[in-house]
Amino acid sequence: MEHISKWREYQKEIADDDYFYERSCIRQSFFPGSEAAFLKILREVLGKNIVDDPNTHTCTGIGYHSDIVPFDTTQAVCARLFSLMNGAGLKHYVPSCVTSFGVFTEVVETWKHFPEELEKTRDNLRKATGREFEMPENIAHPSDIIYKFRKELKAKMKYQLVNCRTGEPLRVVEHVGCHYGKIFKEKAVGGAEFPQVLAGMITEWGGQVVDYPERRHCCGFGFRNYIVQANRGYSVANTKKKFESMEPYKPDFIVANCPGCAMFMDRWQYTIAEMEGKTYGNDGRGIPVLTYEEMAGMLLGYNPWDLGMQMHQVQVESLLDKIGIAYDPADKYVGKSGRFLGEPEKPDVLKV
Amino acid sequence: MAKLSELLMRDVRFREGLTACMNCGVCTAICPAAEFYKYDPRQICSIVQSKDEGKIEELLRGDTIWYCGQCMSCKTRCPRGNTPGLVINALRRLSQELGYFTDSEKGRQQYALKQILGHGILHTGYCVHPDAMPPERHPEQGPVWSWFLDNIQEVTDRLGANYHRPGPGALRIIAEENLEEVRRIFEVTGGQALLDDIDRYSREKAKEMGYAERDVPTEYADYVYTQNNEEHQK
Repeated sequence: MEHISKWREYQKEIADDDYFYERSCIRQSFFPGSEAAFLKILREVLGKNIVDDPNTHTCTGIGYHSDIVPFDTTQAVCARLFSLMNGAGLKHYVPSCVTSFGVFTEVVETWKHFPEELEKTRDNLRKATGREFEMPENIAHPSDIIYKFRKELKAKMKYQLVNCRTGEPLRVVEHVGCHYGKIFKEKAVGGAEFPQVLAGMITEWGGQVVDYPERRHCCGFGFRNYIVQANRGYSVANTKKKFESMEPYKPDFIVANCPGCAMFMDRWQYTIAEMEGKTYGNDGRGIPVLTYEEMAGMLLGYNPWDLGMQMHQVQVESLLDKIGIAYDPADKYVGKSGRFLGEPEKPDVLKV
Repeated sequence: MAKLSELLMRDVRFREGLTACMNCGVCTAICPAAEFYKYDPRQICSIVQSKDEGKIEELLRGDTIWYCGQCMSCKTRCPRGNTPGLVINALRRLSQELGYFTDSEKGRQQYALKQILGHGILHTGYCVHPDAMPPERHPEQGPVWSWFLDNIQEVTDRLGANYHRPGPGALRIIAEENLEEVRRIFEVTGGQALLDDIDRYSREKAKEMGYAERDVPTEYADYVYTQNNEEHQK
Protein backbone atom coordinates (compact mmCIF):
# COMPACT_ATOMS: atom_id res chain seq x y z
CA MET A 1 0.00 0.00 0.00
CA GLU A 2 2.85 2.32 0.80
CA HIS A 3 4.22 1.67 -2.68
CA ILE A 4 0.89 2.63 -4.27
CA SER A 5 0.66 5.76 -2.12
CA LYS A 6 4.18 6.79 -3.09
CA TRP A 7 3.47 6.22 -6.77
CA ARG A 8 0.38 8.44 -6.60
CA GLU A 9 2.56 11.32 -5.42
CA TYR A 10 4.31 11.23 -8.76
CA GLN A 11 1.31 11.14 -11.05
CA LYS A 12 0.88 14.34 -12.96
CA GLU A 13 -2.12 15.76 -14.66
CA ILE A 14 -1.84 15.72 -18.44
CA ALA A 15 -4.60 17.46 -20.38
CA ASP A 16 -6.40 15.16 -22.79
CA ASP A 17 -7.20 17.53 -25.67
CA ASP A 18 -7.08 21.09 -27.05
CA TYR A 19 -3.39 21.86 -26.91
CA PHE A 20 -1.36 24.95 -27.81
CA TYR A 21 1.95 23.89 -29.35
CA GLU A 22 5.21 25.78 -29.09
CA ARG A 23 8.07 24.61 -31.28
CA SER A 24 11.59 23.93 -30.11
CA CYS A 25 14.72 25.55 -31.56
CA ILE A 26 16.80 22.41 -31.16
CA ARG A 27 14.10 19.93 -32.11
CA GLN A 28 13.15 21.67 -35.32
CA SER A 29 16.83 21.95 -36.26
CA PHE A 30 17.79 18.32 -35.72
CA PHE A 31 14.48 16.47 -35.70
CA PRO A 32 12.00 18.40 -37.86
CA GLY A 33 10.42 15.05 -38.79
CA SER A 34 9.67 14.37 -35.13
CA GLU A 35 7.81 17.66 -34.74
CA ALA A 36 5.75 16.81 -37.81
CA ALA A 37 5.18 13.25 -36.55
CA PHE A 38 3.96 14.51 -33.16
CA LEU A 39 1.31 16.68 -34.80
CA LYS A 40 0.36 13.90 -37.22
CA ILE A 41 -0.01 11.35 -34.43
CA LEU A 42 -2.13 13.71 -32.35
CA ARG A 43 -4.37 14.83 -35.18
CA GLU A 44 -4.63 11.78 -37.42
CA VAL A 45 -4.18 8.86 -35.03
CA LEU A 46 -5.62 10.23 -31.78
CA GLY A 47 -8.04 12.80 -33.24
CA LYS A 48 -6.88 15.62 -30.99
CA ASN A 49 -6.99 19.39 -31.48
CA ILE A 50 -3.59 21.08 -31.36
CA VAL A 51 -2.87 24.61 -32.57
CA ASP A 52 0.49 25.33 -34.25
CA ASP A 53 0.59 29.13 -34.11
CA PRO A 54 3.15 30.78 -36.46
CA ASN A 55 3.42 33.75 -34.08
CA THR A 56 5.31 31.73 -31.48
CA HIS A 57 9.08 31.93 -31.10
CA THR A 58 11.88 30.81 -28.82
CA CYS A 59 11.23 30.69 -25.08
CA THR A 60 14.86 32.01 -24.73
CA GLY A 61 15.72 28.85 -22.77
CA ILE A 62 19.15 28.19 -24.31
CA GLY A 63 20.08 31.85 -23.86
CA TYR A 64 18.66 31.89 -20.34
CA HIS A 65 20.69 28.89 -19.20
CA SER A 66 23.73 30.34 -20.98
CA ASP A 67 23.14 33.47 -18.86
CA ILE A 68 22.88 36.03 -21.64
CA VAL A 69 19.15 36.49 -21.00
CA PRO A 70 17.96 37.80 -17.61
CA PHE A 71 15.16 36.07 -15.77
CA ASP A 72 12.91 39.13 -16.06
CA THR A 73 13.21 38.90 -19.84
CA THR A 74 12.56 35.17 -19.96
CA GLN A 75 9.48 35.59 -17.77
CA ALA A 76 8.04 38.24 -20.10
CA VAL A 77 8.82 36.23 -23.24
CA CYS A 78 7.02 33.24 -21.69
CA ALA A 79 4.15 35.56 -20.79
CA ARG A 80 3.87 36.67 -24.44
CA LEU A 81 3.64 33.03 -25.49
CA PHE A 82 0.91 32.44 -22.89
CA SER A 83 -0.88 35.48 -24.28
CA LEU A 84 -0.88 33.84 -27.72
CA MET A 85 -2.32 30.70 -26.15
CA ASN A 86 -5.04 32.81 -24.50
CA GLY A 87 -5.76 34.41 -27.89
CA ALA A 88 -6.30 30.97 -29.40
CA GLY A 89 -8.86 30.25 -26.70
CA LEU A 90 -6.75 27.43 -25.24
CA LYS A 91 -5.53 26.56 -21.75
CA HIS A 92 -3.18 23.63 -22.27
CA TYR A 93 0.36 24.65 -23.13
CA VAL A 94 2.65 22.14 -24.86
CA PRO A 95 6.27 23.25 -25.17
CA SER A 96 8.05 20.98 -27.60
CA CYS A 97 11.48 21.07 -25.94
CA VAL A 98 12.48 19.75 -22.53
CA THR A 99 14.48 22.94 -21.88
CA SER A 100 11.34 24.94 -22.65
CA PHE A 101 9.26 22.66 -20.43
CA GLY A 102 11.69 23.40 -17.59
CA VAL A 103 11.66 27.13 -18.30
CA PHE A 104 7.87 27.43 -18.39
CA THR A 105 7.55 25.35 -15.24
CA GLU A 106 10.18 27.45 -13.46
CA VAL A 107 8.45 30.66 -14.51
CA VAL A 108 4.99 29.54 -13.39
CA GLU A 109 6.29 28.13 -10.10
CA THR A 110 8.14 31.42 -9.48
CA TRP A 111 4.92 33.32 -10.04
CA LYS A 112 3.14 31.07 -7.54
CA HIS A 113 5.79 31.51 -4.86
CA PHE A 114 6.72 35.13 -5.58
CA PRO A 115 3.53 36.96 -6.63
CA GLU A 116 5.51 40.18 -7.04
CA GLU A 117 7.37 38.54 -9.94
CA LEU A 118 4.04 37.82 -11.62
CA GLU A 119 2.93 41.42 -11.20
CA LYS A 120 6.26 42.69 -12.52
CA THR A 121 5.95 40.41 -15.54
CA ARG A 122 2.39 41.60 -16.22
CA ASP A 123 3.63 45.21 -16.13
CA ASN A 124 6.62 44.42 -18.34
CA LEU A 125 4.56 42.61 -20.96
CA ARG A 126 1.92 45.34 -20.98
CA LYS A 127 4.55 48.05 -21.35
CA ALA A 128 6.43 46.22 -24.09
CA THR A 129 3.54 44.86 -26.15
CA GLY A 130 0.22 46.02 -24.72
CA ARG A 131 -0.64 42.38 -24.07
CA GLU A 132 -2.30 40.75 -21.08
CA PHE A 133 -2.06 37.07 -20.22
CA GLU A 134 -3.34 34.30 -18.03
CA MET A 135 -1.34 31.28 -16.95
CA PRO A 136 -2.12 27.92 -18.56
CA GLU A 137 -4.21 25.42 -16.64
CA ASN A 138 -1.90 22.64 -17.73
CA ILE A 139 1.67 22.44 -19.05
CA ALA A 140 2.61 19.09 -20.57
CA HIS A 141 5.60 18.03 -22.60
CA PRO A 142 4.78 16.19 -25.84
CA SER A 143 6.34 13.05 -24.35
CA ASP A 144 3.76 13.30 -21.53
CA ILE A 145 0.98 13.26 -24.11
CA ILE A 146 2.40 10.31 -26.04
CA TYR A 147 2.81 8.52 -22.67
CA LYS A 148 -0.78 9.32 -21.71
CA PHE A 149 -2.12 7.78 -24.92
CA ARG A 150 0.38 4.90 -25.15
CA LYS A 151 -2.33 2.25 -24.92
CA GLU A 152 -4.46 3.88 -27.63
CA LEU A 153 -1.39 4.11 -29.85
CA LYS A 154 -0.46 0.50 -29.20
CA ALA A 155 -3.83 -0.56 -30.57
CA LYS A 156 -2.92 1.06 -33.89
CA MET A 157 0.69 -0.08 -34.10
CA LYS A 158 1.90 -2.51 -36.78
CA TYR A 159 5.05 -3.51 -34.93
CA GLN A 160 6.24 -4.04 -31.38
CA LEU A 161 9.60 -3.52 -29.71
CA VAL A 162 10.36 -7.20 -30.16
CA ASN A 163 13.16 -8.93 -32.01
CA CYS A 164 11.32 -10.55 -34.91
CA ARG A 165 13.85 -13.39 -35.14
CA THR A 166 14.05 -14.39 -31.47
CA GLY A 167 10.72 -13.13 -30.13
CA GLU A 168 12.60 -11.46 -27.27
CA PRO A 169 11.78 -7.91 -26.15
CA LEU A 170 14.25 -5.30 -27.39
CA ARG A 171 16.54 -3.86 -24.72
CA VAL A 172 15.97 -0.12 -24.62
CA VAL A 173 17.92 2.59 -22.82
CA GLU A 174 15.60 5.45 -21.90
CA HIS A 175 17.19 8.84 -21.37
CA VAL A 176 14.99 11.49 -19.80
CA GLY A 177 16.18 15.08 -20.25
CA CYS A 178 17.33 16.68 -16.99
CA HIS A 179 14.92 19.60 -17.15
CA TYR A 180 11.93 17.27 -17.52
CA GLY A 181 11.99 16.04 -13.93
CA LYS A 182 15.08 17.13 -12.03
CA ILE A 183 13.99 20.71 -11.37
CA PHE A 184 10.38 19.99 -10.40
CA LYS A 185 10.04 16.28 -9.80
CA GLU A 186 6.31 16.53 -9.18
CA LYS A 187 5.94 17.72 -12.79
CA ALA A 188 7.40 14.48 -14.13
CA VAL A 189 5.47 11.24 -14.56
CA GLY A 190 7.10 9.06 -11.93
CA GLY A 191 9.29 11.81 -10.45
CA ALA A 192 13.00 12.40 -10.96
CA GLU A 193 14.41 9.03 -9.92
CA PHE A 194 11.99 6.67 -11.62
CA PRO A 195 10.38 8.69 -14.41
CA GLN A 196 7.93 6.56 -16.31
CA VAL A 197 7.38 8.85 -19.25
CA LEU A 198 9.60 6.84 -21.62
CA ALA A 199 9.75 3.59 -19.63
CA GLY A 200 5.95 3.44 -19.81
CA MET A 201 6.01 3.71 -23.60
CA ILE A 202 8.76 1.11 -23.92
CA THR A 203 7.10 -1.53 -21.77
CA GLU A 204 3.64 -0.89 -23.22
CA TRP A 205 5.01 -1.33 -26.72
CA GLY A 206 6.75 -4.61 -25.98
CA GLY A 207 10.28 -3.59 -25.05
CA GLN A 208 12.41 -4.07 -21.95
CA VAL A 209 13.91 -1.08 -20.15
CA VAL A 210 17.64 -1.30 -19.46
CA ASP A 211 18.58 -0.25 -15.94
CA TYR A 212 22.22 0.79 -15.74
CA PRO A 213 24.28 2.76 -13.21
CA GLU A 214 24.42 6.13 -15.01
CA ARG A 215 20.84 6.02 -16.19
CA ARG A 216 20.06 9.43 -14.68
CA HIS A 217 23.34 11.14 -15.57
CA CYS A 218 23.04 14.26 -17.74
CA CYS A 219 23.67 13.78 -21.48
CA GLY A 220 26.33 16.46 -21.11
CA PHE A 221 24.77 19.30 -23.12
CA GLY A 222 25.65 21.86 -20.48
CA PHE A 223 24.48 24.85 -22.58
CA ARG A 224 27.65 27.05 -22.68
CA ASN A 225 29.61 23.81 -22.33
CA TYR A 226 28.54 22.77 -25.81
CA ILE A 227 27.75 26.00 -27.61
CA VAL A 228 31.27 27.35 -27.04
CA GLN A 229 33.69 25.15 -28.96
CA ALA A 230 36.43 25.38 -26.30
CA ASN A 231 34.14 23.71 -23.74
CA ARG A 232 32.91 20.69 -25.70
CA GLY A 233 35.19 18.31 -23.81
CA TYR A 234 32.73 18.60 -20.91
CA SER A 235 29.87 17.60 -23.13
CA VAL A 236 31.45 14.59 -24.81
CA ALA A 237 33.02 13.37 -21.54
CA ASN A 238 29.64 13.27 -19.81
CA THR A 239 28.00 11.43 -22.69
CA LYS A 240 30.91 9.00 -22.82
CA LYS A 241 30.35 8.22 -19.15
CA LYS A 242 26.83 7.12 -20.01
CA PHE A 243 27.93 4.99 -22.97
CA GLU A 244 30.59 3.23 -20.89
CA SER A 245 27.97 2.54 -18.23
CA MET A 246 25.30 1.19 -20.59
CA GLU A 247 27.62 -0.76 -22.92
CA PRO A 248 27.72 -4.01 -20.88
CA TYR A 249 23.93 -4.21 -21.05
CA LYS A 250 24.03 -4.34 -24.87
CA PRO A 251 21.06 -2.06 -25.58
CA ASP A 252 19.35 -2.37 -28.95
CA PHE A 253 18.69 1.35 -29.03
CA ILE A 254 18.39 4.53 -26.94
CA VAL A 255 15.30 6.72 -26.80
CA ALA A 256 15.28 10.26 -25.38
CA ASN A 257 12.52 12.77 -24.68
CA CYS A 258 14.81 15.80 -25.03
CA PRO A 259 15.95 16.82 -28.52
CA GLY A 260 19.36 17.95 -27.29
CA CYS A 261 19.98 14.64 -25.52
CA ALA A 262 18.94 12.63 -28.59
CA MET A 263 21.21 14.66 -30.85
CA PHE A 264 24.22 14.57 -28.50
CA MET A 265 23.98 10.85 -27.83
CA ASP A 266 23.92 10.31 -31.58
CA ARG A 267 26.68 12.76 -32.57
CA TRP A 268 29.06 12.06 -29.70
CA GLN A 269 29.12 8.37 -30.66
CA TYR A 270 30.49 9.49 -34.03
CA THR A 271 32.97 11.85 -32.35
CA ILE A 272 34.23 9.25 -29.86
CA ALA A 273 34.60 6.73 -32.70
CA GLU A 274 36.63 9.15 -34.82
CA MET A 275 38.74 10.45 -31.90
CA GLU A 276 39.40 7.23 -30.03
CA GLY A 277 38.40 4.43 -32.37
CA LYS A 278 35.84 3.31 -29.82
CA THR A 279 32.34 2.27 -30.85
CA TYR A 280 29.60 1.01 -28.61
CA GLY A 281 28.31 -2.28 -29.89
CA ASN A 282 26.44 -3.26 -33.01
CA ASP A 283 29.61 -4.40 -34.87
CA GLY A 284 31.08 -0.91 -34.96
CA ARG A 285 27.85 0.78 -35.98
CA GLY A 286 27.00 2.27 -32.60
CA ILE A 287 23.73 2.32 -30.69
CA PRO A 288 20.87 3.98 -32.63
CA VAL A 289 19.32 6.94 -30.79
CA LEU A 290 15.66 7.75 -31.40
CA THR A 291 13.22 10.41 -30.37
CA TYR A 292 10.00 9.11 -28.85
CA GLU A 293 8.07 10.19 -31.97
CA GLU A 294 10.50 8.25 -34.13
CA MET A 295 9.92 5.25 -31.87
CA ALA A 296 6.13 5.66 -32.01
CA GLY A 297 6.07 6.49 -35.73
CA MET A 298 8.29 3.53 -36.58
CA LEU A 299 5.93 1.16 -34.72
CA LEU A 300 2.89 2.77 -36.36
CA GLY A 301 4.43 1.83 -39.71
CA TYR A 302 5.49 5.29 -40.92
CA ASN A 303 8.26 5.40 -43.51
CA PRO A 304 11.45 5.89 -41.45
CA TRP A 305 12.78 8.30 -44.07
CA ASP A 306 9.63 10.45 -43.74
CA LEU A 307 10.28 10.52 -39.98
CA GLY A 308 13.78 11.92 -40.59
CA MET A 309 15.80 8.95 -39.38
CA GLN A 310 18.27 9.51 -42.23
CA MET A 311 19.40 12.62 -40.31
CA HIS A 312 21.03 10.44 -37.65
CA GLN A 313 24.77 9.87 -37.73
CA VAL A 314 24.35 6.42 -36.14
CA GLN A 315 22.35 4.49 -38.71
CA VAL A 316 19.03 2.89 -37.78
CA GLU A 317 18.77 0.04 -40.32
CA SER A 318 20.00 -2.62 -37.89
CA LEU A 319 17.17 -1.68 -35.53
CA LEU A 320 14.57 -1.69 -38.31
CA ASP A 321 15.82 -5.14 -39.34
CA LYS A 322 15.57 -6.46 -35.78
CA ILE A 323 11.94 -5.38 -35.53
CA GLY A 324 11.18 -6.56 -39.07
CA ILE A 325 10.19 -3.14 -40.40
CA ALA A 326 10.23 -2.96 -44.19
CA TYR A 327 12.00 0.05 -45.70
CA ASP A 328 13.37 1.07 -49.07
CA PRO A 329 17.13 1.79 -48.94
CA ALA A 330 16.90 3.67 -52.25
CA ASP A 331 14.40 6.09 -50.69
CA LYS A 332 16.64 7.12 -47.80
CA TYR A 333 18.41 10.08 -49.36
CA VAL A 334 15.62 11.27 -51.60
CA GLY A 335 14.24 14.80 -51.24
CA LYS A 336 10.70 16.12 -51.42
CA SER A 337 10.97 16.45 -55.20
CA GLY A 338 11.78 12.75 -55.53
CA ARG A 339 15.36 13.54 -56.55
CA PHE A 340 18.23 11.50 -55.15
CA LEU A 341 20.34 13.94 -53.14
CA GLY A 342 23.53 11.91 -52.92
CA GLU A 343 24.78 10.21 -49.77
CA PRO A 344 26.64 11.77 -46.84
CA GLU A 345 30.34 11.03 -46.74
CA LYS A 346 31.26 7.96 -44.72
CA PRO A 347 33.01 8.44 -41.37
CA ASP A 348 36.48 6.94 -41.06
CA VAL A 349 35.69 4.73 -38.07
CA LEU A 350 31.97 4.62 -37.30
CA LYS A 351 30.41 2.12 -39.69
CA VAL A 352 27.40 3.31 -41.61
CA MET B 1 28.16 50.32 -4.50
CA ALA B 2 26.14 48.04 -2.26
CA LYS B 3 27.81 44.95 -0.88
CA LEU B 4 28.07 42.05 -3.31
CA SER B 5 26.11 39.83 -0.95
CA GLU B 6 23.32 42.41 -0.93
CA LEU B 7 23.36 42.72 -4.72
CA LEU B 8 22.99 38.95 -5.00
CA MET B 9 19.91 39.07 -2.78
CA ARG B 10 18.15 41.26 -5.37
CA ASP B 11 17.94 38.23 -7.65
CA VAL B 12 14.87 36.12 -6.88
CA ARG B 13 16.79 33.05 -8.05
CA PHE B 14 19.37 33.63 -5.33
CA ARG B 15 16.68 33.97 -2.65
CA GLU B 16 14.98 30.84 -3.93
CA GLY B 17 18.20 28.93 -4.56
CA LEU B 18 19.86 29.21 -1.18
CA THR B 19 18.44 29.30 2.30
CA ALA B 20 20.45 27.41 4.88
CA CYS B 21 23.10 25.21 3.31
CA MET B 22 24.57 22.66 5.72
CA ASN B 23 27.49 21.93 3.40
CA CYS B 24 26.75 18.23 3.11
CA GLY B 25 28.21 18.10 -0.41
CA VAL B 26 25.46 16.03 -2.04
CA CYS B 27 25.28 18.65 -4.82
CA THR B 28 28.97 18.16 -5.56
CA ALA B 29 28.62 14.39 -5.51
CA ILE B 30 25.91 14.44 -8.18
CA CYS B 31 27.29 17.33 -10.26
CA PRO B 32 28.53 16.48 -13.80
CA ALA B 33 30.62 19.67 -13.84
CA ALA B 34 32.30 18.76 -10.54
CA GLU B 35 33.37 15.48 -12.08
CA PHE B 36 34.97 17.15 -15.07
CA TYR B 37 36.18 20.56 -13.88
CA LYS B 38 37.89 21.91 -10.78
CA TYR B 39 34.45 22.75 -9.54
CA ASP B 40 32.68 22.32 -6.23
CA PRO B 41 29.16 23.75 -5.87
CA ARG B 42 29.24 22.96 -2.15
CA GLN B 43 32.13 25.37 -1.74
CA ILE B 44 30.37 28.06 -3.79
CA CYS B 45 27.31 27.81 -1.54
CA SER B 46 29.57 28.02 1.47
CA ILE B 47 31.25 31.19 0.19
CA VAL B 48 28.08 33.08 -0.67
CA GLN B 49 26.49 31.98 2.59
CA SER B 50 29.50 33.34 4.51
CA LYS B 51 28.99 36.76 2.85
CA ASP B 52 32.77 37.11 2.59
CA GLU B 53 32.97 40.01 0.12
CA GLY B 54 36.52 39.25 -0.96
CA LYS B 55 35.78 35.63 -1.73
CA ILE B 56 32.55 36.50 -3.53
CA GLU B 57 34.48 38.96 -5.70
CA GLU B 58 37.00 36.21 -6.46
CA LEU B 59 34.13 34.04 -7.65
CA LEU B 60 32.75 36.83 -9.83
CA ARG B 61 36.16 37.40 -11.44
CA GLY B 62 37.20 33.76 -11.79
CA ASP B 63 36.50 30.77 -14.02
CA THR B 64 34.67 28.69 -11.41
CA ILE B 65 31.13 30.03 -11.71
CA TRP B 66 31.19 29.41 -15.48
CA TYR B 67 31.77 25.65 -15.17
CA CYS B 68 28.20 24.74 -14.19
CA GLY B 69 26.27 23.03 -17.02
CA GLN B 70 22.83 23.99 -15.64
CA CYS B 71 21.55 20.41 -15.62
CA MET B 72 20.04 21.22 -12.21
CA SER B 73 20.73 17.74 -10.84
CA CYS B 74 21.65 19.59 -7.62
CA LYS B 75 18.04 20.71 -7.25
CA THR B 76 16.80 17.14 -7.12
CA ARG B 77 19.29 16.02 -4.51
CA CYS B 78 19.68 18.82 -2.00
CA PRO B 79 18.14 17.68 1.31
CA ARG B 80 17.46 21.33 2.17
CA GLY B 81 15.72 22.11 -1.12
CA ASN B 82 18.44 24.49 -2.26
CA THR B 83 19.47 24.92 -5.89
CA PRO B 84 23.16 25.71 -6.36
CA GLY B 85 22.45 26.01 -10.11
CA LEU B 86 20.24 29.04 -9.39
CA VAL B 87 22.93 30.54 -7.15
CA ILE B 88 25.24 30.21 -10.16
CA ASN B 89 22.73 32.08 -12.34
CA ALA B 90 22.69 34.96 -9.86
CA LEU B 91 26.49 35.06 -9.60
CA ARG B 92 26.85 35.06 -13.39
CA ARG B 93 24.32 37.84 -13.76
CA LEU B 94 26.17 39.99 -11.22
CA SER B 95 29.56 39.21 -12.78
CA GLN B 96 28.28 40.48 -16.12
CA GLU B 97 26.61 43.58 -14.66
CA LEU B 98 29.84 44.58 -12.96
CA GLY B 99 32.09 43.66 -15.88
CA TYR B 100 34.08 41.15 -13.81
CA PHE B 101 33.42 38.30 -16.26
CA THR B 102 36.13 39.49 -18.65
CA ASP B 103 38.80 38.69 -16.05
CA SER B 104 38.52 34.94 -16.67
CA GLU B 105 38.83 32.78 -19.77
CA LYS B 106 35.49 31.06 -19.19
CA GLY B 107 33.79 34.35 -18.35
CA ARG B 108 35.02 36.00 -21.55
CA GLN B 109 33.12 33.34 -23.50
CA GLN B 110 29.93 35.26 -22.73
CA TYR B 111 30.81 37.48 -25.67
CA ALA B 112 30.69 34.51 -28.06
CA LEU B 113 27.42 33.34 -26.50
CA LYS B 114 25.96 36.81 -26.87
CA GLN B 115 27.01 36.89 -30.53
CA ILE B 116 25.51 33.46 -31.28
CA LEU B 117 22.42 33.25 -29.09
CA GLY B 118 21.62 36.95 -28.67
CA HIS B 119 21.68 37.47 -32.41
CA GLY B 120 19.63 34.33 -32.98
CA ILE B 121 16.89 35.32 -30.55
CA LEU B 122 16.54 38.94 -31.65
CA HIS B 123 16.93 38.49 -35.41
CA THR B 124 15.52 35.03 -36.19
CA GLY B 125 13.35 34.32 -33.14
CA TYR B 126 15.30 31.13 -32.38
CA CYS B 127 18.17 30.44 -30.01
CA VAL B 128 19.45 27.70 -32.32
CA HIS B 129 19.02 27.43 -36.09
CA PRO B 130 20.80 25.23 -38.65
CA ASP B 131 21.90 28.31 -40.61
CA ALA B 132 24.00 29.32 -37.58
CA MET B 133 25.69 25.93 -37.28
CA PRO B 134 28.22 25.69 -40.14
CA PRO B 135 30.12 22.38 -40.24
CA GLU B 136 33.51 24.09 -39.76
CA ARG B 137 32.35 25.26 -36.33
CA HIS B 138 30.68 21.95 -35.57
CA PRO B 139 32.92 19.10 -36.71
CA GLU B 140 31.28 16.88 -34.07
CA GLN B 141 28.05 16.98 -36.07
CA GLY B 142 29.56 14.59 -38.58
CA PRO B 143 29.15 14.20 -42.33
CA VAL B 144 25.39 13.75 -42.04
CA TRP B 145 25.11 17.37 -40.89
CA SER B 146 27.03 18.62 -43.95
CA TRP B 147 24.73 16.52 -46.14
CA PHE B 148 21.70 17.97 -44.39
CA LEU B 149 22.87 21.57 -44.79
CA ASP B 150 23.77 20.98 -48.46
CA ASN B 151 20.24 19.72 -49.10
CA ILE B 152 18.31 21.52 -46.38
CA GLN B 153 15.35 22.72 -48.46
CA GLU B 154 14.71 19.32 -50.07
CA VAL B 155 15.15 17.42 -46.81
CA THR B 156 13.12 19.71 -44.57
CA ASP B 157 10.33 19.85 -47.16
CA ARG B 158 10.17 16.07 -47.14
CA LEU B 159 10.04 16.07 -43.33
CA GLY B 160 7.10 18.47 -43.19
CA ALA B 161 9.02 21.58 -42.12
CA ASN B 162 8.60 25.08 -43.52
CA TYR B 163 12.22 26.19 -43.84
CA HIS B 164 12.68 29.89 -44.68
CA ARG B 165 9.01 30.43 -45.48
CA PRO B 166 6.28 32.35 -43.64
CA GLY B 167 3.39 30.57 -41.92
CA PRO B 168 3.41 27.72 -39.41
CA GLY B 169 5.89 24.87 -39.23
CA ALA B 170 9.42 24.02 -38.20
CA LEU B 171 12.20 26.41 -39.24
CA ARG B 172 9.71 28.95 -40.62
CA ILE B 173 10.50 32.64 -40.91
CA ILE B 174 9.13 34.35 -37.82
CA ALA B 175 7.24 37.47 -38.87
CA GLU B 176 8.83 40.84 -38.15
CA GLU B 177 5.91 41.99 -35.95
CA ASN B 178 6.60 39.06 -33.61
CA LEU B 179 10.33 39.74 -33.53
CA GLU B 180 9.60 43.40 -32.81
CA GLU B 181 7.57 42.41 -29.74
CA VAL B 182 10.41 40.16 -28.56
CA ARG B 183 12.88 43.04 -29.02
CA ARG B 184 10.57 45.39 -27.09
CA ILE B 185 10.43 42.85 -24.26
CA PHE B 186 14.24 42.79 -24.21
CA GLU B 187 14.30 46.61 -24.06
CA VAL B 188 11.76 46.86 -21.23
CA THR B 189 13.03 44.01 -19.05
CA GLY B 190 16.78 44.62 -19.13
CA GLY B 191 17.57 41.92 -21.67
CA GLN B 192 19.03 44.39 -24.15
CA ALA B 193 20.90 46.16 -21.35
CA LEU B 194 22.59 42.89 -20.37
CA LEU B 195 23.61 42.22 -23.98
CA ASP B 196 24.94 45.79 -24.17
CA ASP B 197 26.89 45.30 -20.92
CA ILE B 198 28.46 42.11 -22.26
CA ASP B 199 29.36 43.92 -25.48
CA ARG B 200 30.81 47.02 -23.79
CA TYR B 201 32.95 45.20 -21.22
CA SER B 202 34.14 42.71 -23.85
CA ARG B 203 35.23 45.50 -26.16
CA GLU B 204 37.16 47.11 -23.32
CA LYS B 205 38.87 43.80 -22.58
CA ALA B 206 39.59 43.15 -26.25
CA LYS B 207 41.22 46.57 -26.53
CA GLU B 208 43.30 45.83 -23.43
CA MET B 209 44.39 42.56 -25.06
CA GLY B 210 45.50 44.40 -28.21
CA TYR B 211 42.55 43.79 -30.55
CA ALA B 212 41.51 46.58 -32.90
CA GLU B 213 37.91 47.75 -32.43
CA ARG B 214 36.88 46.43 -35.87
CA ASP B 215 38.25 42.96 -35.06
CA VAL B 216 36.24 42.42 -31.89
CA PRO B 217 33.19 40.70 -33.51
CA THR B 218 35.46 38.46 -35.58
CA GLU B 219 38.94 37.83 -34.17
CA TYR B 220 38.19 38.42 -30.48
CA ALA B 221 34.94 36.44 -30.77
CA ASP B 222 36.84 33.55 -32.39
CA TYR B 223 39.48 33.76 -29.70
CA VAL B 224 37.07 33.47 -26.78
CA TYR B 225 35.10 30.78 -28.66
CA THR B 226 38.12 28.52 -29.09
CA GLN B 227 40.66 29.42 -26.37
CA ASN B 228 41.25 26.74 -23.73
CA ASN B 229 44.30 26.98 -21.49
CA GLU B 230 43.80 23.34 -20.45
CA GLU B 231 43.91 24.28 -16.76
CA HIS B 232 40.24 23.82 -15.99
CA GLN B 233 39.93 20.07 -15.69
CA LYS B 234 40.61 18.00 -12.62
